[in-house]
Amino acid sequence: MNQQELIPHLFRTEYRKIVAVLCKRFGFDQIEIAEDIASETFLNATQTWSFNGPPPNPAAWLYSVAKNKAKNHLQRNTTFEAKVAPEIIYATDTLHENEIDLSPKNITDSQLQMMFAICNPVISPEAQIGLSLRILCGFGIDEIAEAFLSNKETINKRLYRAREKLREQKIKIEIPNAAEIDERLDTVLTTIYLLFSEGYYSVSQNQTLRKDLCLEAMRLCNMLIENTSTDKPQVNALFSLMCFHSSRFEARVDKNGELVLYDEQDTGLWNAELISQGGYFLKRAASGDRLSKYHLEASIAYWNTQKADTVEKWENILQLYNRLLQIQYSPVAALNRTFALSKANGKEEAIIEAEKLNLGDNQFYFALLGELYTGIDNEKAIRHFKKAFSIAKSNADKQAMQKKMDQL
Amino acid sequence: MDEFALIMRHEDGSKIASPEQMEIWMKATMDWIGGIAAQNKFVSGTGLLFDDAKVVHHNKMVTNGPFGEIKETIGGFIVVKAESAEEAAEFAKGCPVLGGEGNSMEVRKIAKRDGTH
Repeated sequence: MNQQELIPHLFRTEYRKIVAVLCKRFGFDQIEIAEDIASETFLNATQTWSFNGPPPNPAAWLYSVAKNKAKNHLQRNTTFEAKVAPEIIYATDTLHENEIDLSPKNITDSQLQMMFAICNPVISPEAQIGLSLRILCGFGIDEIAEAFLSNKETINKRLYRAREKLREQKIKIEIPNAAEIDERLDTVLTTIYLLFSEGYYSVSQNQTLRKDLCLEAMRLCNMLIENTSTDKPQVNALFSLMCFHSSRFEARVDKNGELVLYDEQDTGLWNAELISQGGYFLKRAASGDRLSKYHLEASIAYWNTQKADTVEKWENILQLYNRLLQIQYSPVAALNRTFALSKANGKEEAIIEAEKLNLGDNQFYFALLGELYTGIDNEKAIRHFKKAFSIAKSNADKQAMQKKMDQL
Repeated sequence: MDEFALIMRHEDGSKIASPEQMEIWMKATMDWIGGIAAQNKFVSGTGLLFDDAKVVHHNKMVTNGPFGEIKETIGGFIVVKAESAEEAAEFAKGCPVLGGEGNSMEVRKIAKRDGTH
């Protein structure tokens, strides 16, 4: 690894470890100071290493500098003295209160605790993702702005307001107890999945960034699996789902950055290892008595990795969507369910169901109707494709509709 | 938008059909519910088992259930969202239970807890 590459790679990986420990230590009351100390450490590194090259153990150097900066701050902080000084007399067997513990265990614990603190419904989902990217993933403000197709000012404002809210609500930085953990996990998993979806579905042209978002989401989910108190079935189901989706990352986009439809994907580009991992975690998720929407989505994703057009595949996908829609309706699920219905029960029945969906402002609704009418009433099919074309937003979508019309 | 209970009245399937046939009915029922859910009109639903059913009479006597004529026993219900009982009845028409002569679906509006019902 040459010098130019060393720091960005280290920055993200080590920043998020250092900042999690410092944030947990300083609390939301002084979270900006925690972030500042972390950032200054890396500025220091850049300034020093540019002349002398990186030290033999870069991580240890960074931790040492971060610890000293934090210690200096804590010693200067008179409020801290007043609060903690009396306790130091009693806490003789614990680490001196000014010391920062950057052991692997404390790093992992701090990251988990920060995850629960940040993924809290008192701040908006965008703020949860933004703060997660910043503190849990070590993303820079620029990168976050690009991920959201926004600008630095907006992101900074969003993060500022989020920290204020968490401070104001006195949100505790801790892993919830066994009684509350399932409910609190819901929010965390929603945030992780939203983060993944940003990477997977975003229209940003930056392929590297999009992949990074997906990988980060998976890394955070994996942290939950590695920790016994959060290693729950729905967490494994979500991880499985993300493995299956990611397996098609290379095949989904062509050389020009255009989306390649499922039916046209080169299955040779599907990542077999990720598919296998997805299967492993889906099995692991098959425990307990709560069927989450992630279990259903992961199972659907599994069937989508089986390219063969069998009756079994589509009947299974149909029933999975039948149950998913009962738990949570979404237009996408309704459309996909109807498509699976056409494959399992036939186009005629699917057409009747499709006409009832009432999704008149959705380009994919008309694309589906076009598909269903193809071969049954081509004139109607063309009309629907035309409508889809007219309300389609991206060029890729328009081209896809044009292609369908040309084929008829 | 109101909520309506669609109550299925039919004879105990296990008495008249093979497991194969019951599996076919199960798929048909799940597809029917899925269709309603796809329209974002499904609220909840449950089957009511024919086993372990009891009837408690006005003299506190307890007998084995379920209650009623064979074809009128309640097998389950779902709750849907609809603008009117007529719309709810349209949803009910799709239930596979109606494939059996003598079976029926009862449509009842759910009482709102806002003191207006």
